[in-house]
Amino acid sequence: MASIFQGVGAATALSSSTSFDTKKFHLSSRRSFSVRRASFFVVRSDGAKMDSGLNRIGGRADQLVTNAVATKADTPAASTASKPGHELLLFEALREGLEEEMERDAHVCVVGEDVGHYGGSYKVTKGLADKYGDLRVLDTPIAENSFTGMGIGAAMCGLRPIIEGMNMGFLLLAFNQISNNCGMLHYTSGGQFKIPVVIRGPGGVGRQLGAEHSQRLESYFQSIPGIQMVACSTPYNAKGLMKAAIRSDNPVILFEHVLLYNLKERIPDEEYVLNLEEAEMVRPGEHVTILTYSRMRYHVMQAAKTLVNKGYDPEVIDIRSLKPFDLYTIGNSIKKTHRVLIVEECMRTGGIGASLTAAITENFHDYLDAPIVCLSSQDVPTPYAGTLEEWTVVQPPQIVAAVEQLCR
Amino acid sequence: MASSSLTKSKTSIIHHLKSTKFPLLYFTNHTSSIRNSHNLLHTISSPPLPVPRCATSSRINPFIVFSRCFESVCVGRRLHSAASASNDVRQFPAEAPSQQVLDFPGGKVKFTPKLAFTSGSTEERVPCYRVLDDSGQPIIDSDSLKISKELAVKMYSDMVTLEVMDTIFYEAQRQGRISFYATTMGEEAINIASAAALHNDDFVFPQYREPGVLLWRGFPLQEFAHQCFGNKYDNGKGRQMPIHYGSRKHNYFTVASTVATQIPHAVGAAYSLKMEKQDSCVITYFGDGGSSTADFHAAVNFAAVLEVPVIFFCRNNGWAISTPINEQLRSDGIVVRGKAYGVPSIRIDGNDALAIYSAVHKARKMAIEEQTPVLIEALTYRTGHHSTSDDSTKYRSIDEIEQWRGGQNPVKRFRKWMESKGWWSDEAESEHHCSTRKQLSQAIQAAEQVEKPTIADMFNDVYDVLPKNLMEQEAFIRKTIKKHTQDYPSDVPL
Repeated sequence: MASIFQGVGAATALSSSTSFDTKKFHLSSRRSFSVRRASFFVVRSDGAKMDSGLNRIGGRADQLVTNAVATKADTPAASTASKPGHELLLFEALREGLEEEMERDAHVCVVGEDVGHYGGSYKVTKGLADKYGDLRVLDTPIAENSFTGMGIGAAMCGLRPIIEGMNMGFLLLAFNQISNNCGMLHYTSGGQFKIPVVIRGPGGVGRQLGAEHSQRLESYFQSIPGIQMVACSTPYNAKGLMKAAIRSDNPVILFEHVLLYNLKERIPDEEYVLNLEEAEMVRPGEHVTILTYSRMRYHVMQAAKTLVNKGYDPEVIDIRSLKPFDLYTIGNSIKKTHRVLIVEECMRTGGIGASLTAAITENFHDYLDAPIVCLSSQDVPTPYAGTLEEWTVVQPPQIVAAVEQLCR
Repeated sequence: MASSSLTKSKTSIIHHLKSTKFPLLYFTNHTSSIRNSHNLLHTISSPPLPVPRCATSSRINPFIVFSRCFESVCVGRRLHSAASASNDVRQFPAEAPSQQVLDFPGGKVKFTPKLAFTSGSTEERVPCYRVLDDSGQPIIDSDSLKISKELAVKMYSDMVTLEVMDTIFYEAQRQGRISFYATTMGEEAINIASAAALHNDDFVFPQYREPGVLLWRGFPLQEFAHQCFGNKYDNGKGRQMPIHYGSRKHNYFTVASTVATQIPHAVGAAYSLKMEKQDSCVITYFGDGGSSTADFHAAVNFAAVLEVPVIFFCRNNGWAISTPINEQLRSDGIVVRGKAYGVPSIRIDGNDALAIYSAVHKARKMAIEEQTPVLIEALTYRTGHHSTSDDSTKYRSIDEIEQWRGGQNPVKRFRKWMESKGWWSDEAESEHHCSTRKQLSQAIQAAEQVEKPTIADMFNDVYDVLPKNLMEQEAFIRKTIKKHTQDYPSDVPL
């Protein structure tokens, strides 16, 4: 996402080691979305305090990521909490978040294929129909454009639907509704009708699901004005992002990954909601900034193990917010390391990595010591054969090689 | 529904039944409403549901309608319709060994050894409900609601206002004062009479040829003008083309240019009414062209499954821009699609205000009381061009247009009826015309003078709160405009 910037507005206190002139990107208020009333507990992954509007900022936030450098490369830092918490799988975390929100607000409902008594193809809605009835957890006929449109209509009348795409790829059928209506109607109606929907579902390359079921829809949707996109990658952030997405008054697309549903993690017992527009610091480092999201986070962390053994110190950021990018966190990292590697599952052309490369080049060009390297999937339909499929996705050795190349 | 091929197939079933001495199979509609609304499906002048002659046999009941037994797939709320269906269905006694029935999900299905395809077309079309004849005289014994003088006068004068509004805005576009306009010519009765039969808290999801509904609900002429000029008083803040009206206050959902996308929205809105147990319904309008879209089919199907209170109002005006109806579809219009999806449906005379009023009134009652969707096909004619970007004389004869503008004109027909009741006169007509023209001219002049929305309104409402990237983009454009003032329009405030 390219953002055009000019040096306007009040500068906040940043490290004054580099002075800016008006051409440089300046980082304005920490709150990228201003004046957002939050009565719930919002956690920032870098432990900084949020500005006014929040009631309880406290110990939890301060204990977060910056201290908890992952000793195990793939442990999400935020989970090393002081409280015991409870362990669950990612799809259960999604369900827990969903259930808590349905409990909290009677307007929240779920719409999708096989979400009711079947419990959803990936069991994210299991048990909800029994608890809330099959009108509130609604099974739909196979017509994505129709039930997405239905969700939009219901949202304009005050409900807060969560629209499940059985696979994100199926949402291509709903593109017209998502782009022309979901993203636009709040704007074209002059703010009269709001559309607080959450569109969610599994996407990404799975295990031999075939080309049509291995789509990366974030590439196609990223241009649509009026929507927000987030990608979850751990049970902790899955639950937090699900809750945040439901509470948001904007339409939010929550990308889950087919292969991450069975990840296990210990998450806090107390209620928490994450910030939709924020990236997650997975592993602080000094030598290179690796930006990634969703499943590729795990490939990156696996590569990080190897890199650490080889003496490198990568900083790994799970960008989480795909639209808009958290250029604040990303920018701070780049100013420290001066080298960027993007690892994504999208295809080379027109993916999230492509947009991120453009955004970074525009905003942080002067801080880069080397060209940005972006590792992505090839511009081919995902093949079914397991070996070919493995090679279509970025693997840890490629990441290691890229970092070595970048840090030469 | 009068349909001779249907009769034939029924006849063949009856013959078959007789020959195998099998007791009659009752078919009932999935909602009891269809039986009650049989009156609506026929005017008294045409015969009631034709009965196959052989059905006078003592064992066979003349009534044949359609059933869905849900025993095999009953879940939760669907039990309601299953129960009502099963009340009507006579259970089978022990089956004759030679007679087999398939117990299939959705209901029992009888077998037949006859290789007979149901014809895709019927000789007789679905009849069209009307109350006033061509000369505006009420048809004897028609089912229709009595309306008060007050209501009738409001209906008629709003129809005239709509006509005048269309004429004046169209002229304004031709003069270059607004960029675009689409008239409702020929469909005034649909607009006003359907609105009159609804309540103000019923949600309306329009296509784009229904500003009359908003007019009926009290949207001021001045605000119509503001929207067409896209000035700062426009509800939509100047973000949409002319005629894309929207007003939350009037429960009229903003028009989107995309065809038929409002139909699934309407189903979603009806779903929200059902969830919140509200005592109102949703209506959505679309044209014959719109009924070909995927959104229409999926939404109607879905509404039937969900059992939600939504009225699907199809304005079959014969033309989808330049595509005539016979190139749009080959079924008997749109009304037969209701049956295909299990939705009660009716065909009405779209140029007959009283017919429209009665039908929508009844449909609303059905929708709310029985929690069912209803499909209404109104036959009418688009006497104007598709829009100001179209010249319809290029694809249809002027004679055809003139013919529909003449006798069949809905405003003229209703006026004749009004005058026959002594509720309208020439003086009233010219006075109303004059005052409306004056109001509209003033509205247009005023709207033309009003400032356009500010630059800030280009960026507001994309999200609930302005995000950083949009703040930056706004700052950039402001700076650029300041630097190059001569290259930007001077009448757009910053």
